[in-house]
Amino acid sequence: MLVEGKNICYSYAFGGFSFALRDVDLNIARGEFVAILGCNGSGKSTLVKHLNALLQLQQGELKVAQIDVRNEKEVWLLRRRCGMVFQNPDHQFVAPVVEEDIAFGLENYEVPRNEISGRVRSALARVEMSGYEKRAPNTLSGGQKQRVALAGVLALDPEIIIFDEATAMLDPDGRQEVIKIMEKLHRAGKTIIAITHYVEEAVAADKIILMHQGRVLACGSPQTVLTNLDLMKEAELIPPFPVRLYYDLQQAGIYLNRCPLTEEELVEEICQFKSKI
Amino acid sequence: MSIQIENLSFSYLQPSGEKVDALKNVSFTIETGDFVGIMGPTGSGKTTLLQLLAGLRLPTSGRIYFNGEEINAKGYDRNRLRQTVGVVFQDPEYQLFATTVEKDVAFGLKESGLSRQEATDRVRWALETMGFDFEKVRNQSPLALSGGEKRRVAIAGVIARKPEILIFDEPIAGLDPFGRENFLQFVTERNQTGTTIIMTSHNMEALAEYTKHLLVLKEGRLIDAGATREVFTRLKQRYNGAFQTKAQRIAILLAEGKLMFSPAVVTYGDLLSALKQELTGGGRG
Repeated sequence: MLVEGKNICYSYAFGGFSFALRDVDLNIARGEFVAILGCNGSGKSTLVKHLNALLQLQQGELKVAQIDVRNEKEVWLLRRRCGMVFQNPDHQFVAPVVEEDIAFGLENYEVPRNEISGRVRSALARVEMSGYEKRAPNTLSGGQKQRVALAGVLALDPEIIIFDEATAMLDPDGRQEVIKIMEKLHRAGKTIIAITHYVEEAVAADKIILMHQGRVLACGSPQTVLTNLDLMKEAELIPPFPVRLYYDLQQAGIYLNRCPLTEEELVEEICQFKSKI
Repeated sequence: MSIQIENLSFSYLQPSGEKVDALKNVSFTIETGDFVGIMGPTGSGKTTLLQLLAGLRLPTSGRIYFNGEEINAKGYDRNRLRQTVGVVFQDPEYQLFATTVEKDVAFGLKESGLSRQEATDRVRWALETMGFDFEKVRNQSPLALSGGEKRRVAIAGVIARKPEILIFDEPIAGLDPFGRENFLQFVTERNQTGTTIIMTSHNMEALAEYTKHLLVLKEGRLIDAGATREVFTRLKQRYNGAFQTKAQRIAILLAEGKLMFSPAVVTYGDLLSALKQELTGGGRG
């Protein structure tokens, strides 16, 4: 397992009684695309901030890429293996020019000068932002900013990439851009961890970890988690549009063959149903 | 409070000296008690427009009238303007600053002429409207609250002044489904008591279900305006699928499969009832 966590507990008021995480177990295999789904305050951001030691483990065990997150000597290596893209596109730039911003991480890891520009260029190519090297980040759209932030992470060639609600503040086009790149990186073999409360974004994941009030409520395929109405209700989430429609049609005596998760599956099911009338 | 916008333009000056036209010759009217959504991609001028409406920027050219009076004219009372318009910016968490929740919410009432008792009552009302227990929360530091709670305190501080126009910039971005629903219910209630609501959003479902009128911006130009439902049915000719509702996208996919398609399908409810008709044999085909 690339990520192995056991009995993780965390409290922001250390020693207090309110826990942001309670007894969380976490297992993520190399190359997996995992969506961590939950409402505001469910503990999903708190959990992933443990993966690269942005939050210190208080209780339990956690190993990421064979590194114990409590080992302070290896925290630099850990952060290189486990990159993170944050929610707000405007809060993660450190340089006035795109290429310098991407080079920042490389310089910190003392990557040789002559290698840097090549790695910056290839990182930009992977997020489909070639040609933007000299632009100022503030002149980019939201989706472009997030892709540049991602390029900064990719330049360090991490094994795991965490997206902490990285699409929440984007317009519809920007969201699509980021999701497309996320899926591309997954196909290329990266381990992807996406935190979201947009159920639609969890549909493409290999596995969903559903969180509520600091606990893991369920862990399973999108089909088993997202089509379970009781579970979604308990998690204080609204099921994907096609799932809602499937159950509302049932109420009206219309039984589709199976519960669709995507818009395309929904259309297919409806067409099939119609052809049988 | 009716709002009239005439040929409004605004340009920013970049540090490099380059001029960027954020709004180009925009004109529209908003009637008292309307609920107006503003949609458009990042960089289309939405936030600039809101700032101009709140009197926080001076237009490069063009005019803004509230009830027929030009708000940027020399004699216009800026204090009255601040009482009339309440703005909740993006990330309103950052608007908080006082040592207690009560003081933070009360800050905007300082120049309102209310007595101490009236002001306290108003703060209580605003916090209770936003779902807080006033006695429990009044002496807490606003900075110790969760993100969602901070947002509600910030909104309480704005509605405490009972503005006739409430402006929200991306109020539901980052909120989970129930947070979103609660917020939209709350603004709908405000709207029903006569407050004019103006809100930007990237959430097509929220705009389609809740707003009465829509303004569509693209690259600083107003490319469409009108009743929400009509604008959505026109939109697909102007934008790609990203600026449609899910129900619209599904209706279009179904039409490609030679199934029911009605341009009137915009919301979830529309699609559900159209499908019920179609699939119980009531439709054509």
